[in-house]
Amino acid sequence: MLTAVLIGTSCSLLGSFLILRKSVMIGDAISHSVLPGIVLAFIFTEERAALPILIGAAVFGVLTTMFIQFLQRKSNVQEGAAIGISFTFFFALGVIMIALSTGGNVDIDQDCVLFGEIASTYLDKIFVNGYFVGTRSILTIAPVLLIVILFVVFGMKGLRLTSFNEDYAKALGINVNAWNYALLMLVSITAVLSFEAVGAVLVVGFLTIPPASAYLITNNLSKMLWLSVVFTLLSAVGGTLLALTLDVTISGMIVSVAGILFLLTWSGKIIMTKSKKIEKLSEV
Amino acid sequence: MISLEAHNLTVAYDKVPVLWDIDFELPTGKIIGIIGPNGSGKTTLLKTIMGLIKPASGYVKVFEQDLDEVRQRVAYVPQRESVDWDFPASVQDVVEMGRYRKNSLFRRLTQTDKEIVANAIEKVKLTAFKDRQISQLSGGQQQRVFIARALAQGADIFFMDEPFVGVDATTETAILDLLTTMRDEGKTVVIVHHDLQTVSGYFDHLVLLNTRVIACGPTAEVLTQENLSNAYGGQLTLLSKIQSIIKEKEFPIREKGFEKR
Repeated sequence: MLTAVLIGTSCSLLGSFLILRKSVMIGDAISHSVLPGIVLAFIFTEERAALPILIGAAVFGVLTTMFIQFLQRKSNVQEGAAIGISFTFFFALGVIMIALSTGGNVDIDQDCVLFGEIASTYLDKIFVNGYFVGTRSILTIAPVLLIVILFVVFGMKGLRLTSFNEDYAKALGINVNAWNYALLMLVSITAVLSFEAVGAVLVVGFLTIPPASAYLITNNLSKMLWLSVVFTLLSAVGGTLLALTLDVTISGMIVSVAGILFLLTWSGKIIMTKSKKIEKLSEV
Repeated sequence: MISLEAHNLTVAYDKVPVLWDIDFELPTGKIIGIIGPNGSGKTTLLKTIMGLIKPASGYVKVFEQDLDEVRQRVAYVPQRESVDWDFPASVQDVVEMGRYRKNSLFRRLTQTDKEIVANAIEKVKLTAFKDRQISQLSGGQQQRVFIARALAQGADIFFMDEPFVGVDATTETAILDLLTTMRDEGKTVVIVHHDLQTVSGYFDHLVLLNTRVIACGPTAEVLTQENLSNAYGGQLTLLSKIQSIIKEKEFPIREKGFEKR
């Protein structure tokens, strides 16, 4: 559950900016196309060491984005198509690489990549001097979350500016590309970590649903970030508990809860605006 | 002193030239209009000046220096439609962006910054709205937010892309008053504008554009029927007669074969 909370928080903070940049699907693309990076790192190091895998993923995340932009600029395909081409292509490469390099008997298997299995992450415990310090996944995610939080807190001005008005940022002489790639690299890293927990498909849920719910009900960027974290907490905790009670998949339940929360927020907002209108009418 | 100069500037999208051999010099302390028909490359010219588009050839200098050396003195006001006004930000937030600097992005705004921001908001008469979310503003108010942001930069030259499009009469007068004050303080304002009717009232100096520079100079000198006809061609019915006369005299309106491409 802690794993889900940590991953979800990273995802929702980064996802907020993806939503504001209208590039959520890039997050989707990245979450899939980091796979070859992971596999390559795995082949070279022959273990599931965290650092090489993260680097491999970050590299492929950025590669994907560059590839998408390159396709758009040079071949005139529209953004949606460019994204579709790049991420399915990279993901397929990754799947083939898994099959070729390992002959099938590995730690990385395709089901896990797609759907993840959060329930098993707690089995992988790390002991220091005989004391239990946490599970492997929590220990990898915590520093990444810290980096994400620092990035968002200190980079707030840059992120706000480049997300709102890229041309203006460029006109101020700000290196817009550096900001974009920094954001997308963090998305890639977070996506890899989320692989184990929720899998490639559900990462997008984490990246999108909580920030989207928050976006509906606030007009302030910092509030939006806070609220999306709150939504993440609610869905992670609620989803895990529900899943345990009903004995179903945890990651699926978490994202379902997030989705239900989104629908609730949305209908709540509709009702609120309607009642406000009625109030105004009755005042007149 | 020359505020802005472009020499031998050519910009092309997909090998189709949008700007061709642009060459002009503009004075300081004037309100300058860049006018021309739709698709004549006005916005492209502005974006090229701001370094957002790379020219195929030629160069631009601001205050006789490269843009990168004088960025602090240059403010850009993009077209209002170019951003998403549903972005969660208040008037204050957006105007504060005018104080963002390349080298101080990670620092907090100082007290001086805040005063400059408040002052800029006051100048565009939006103080009462400063905490309002930007999507809840009218088109004219949104335009004034953009101008306030440019003012907050404390620049010497301002580039504005169609600031009078879709704004109410109040805003139009407010912007014009502001521009006049700015000019009187010695600032240079370069405005992309498409409404011919208001041109003579607004600008001191004009660049008449249609892929090439048709004319450049003080408004009265540029705004001749011959120049307008050259720039607008058949688009101005009133001038169609003159146009036909010019055609008879085989005055080259455009390069031959230009329209066939």
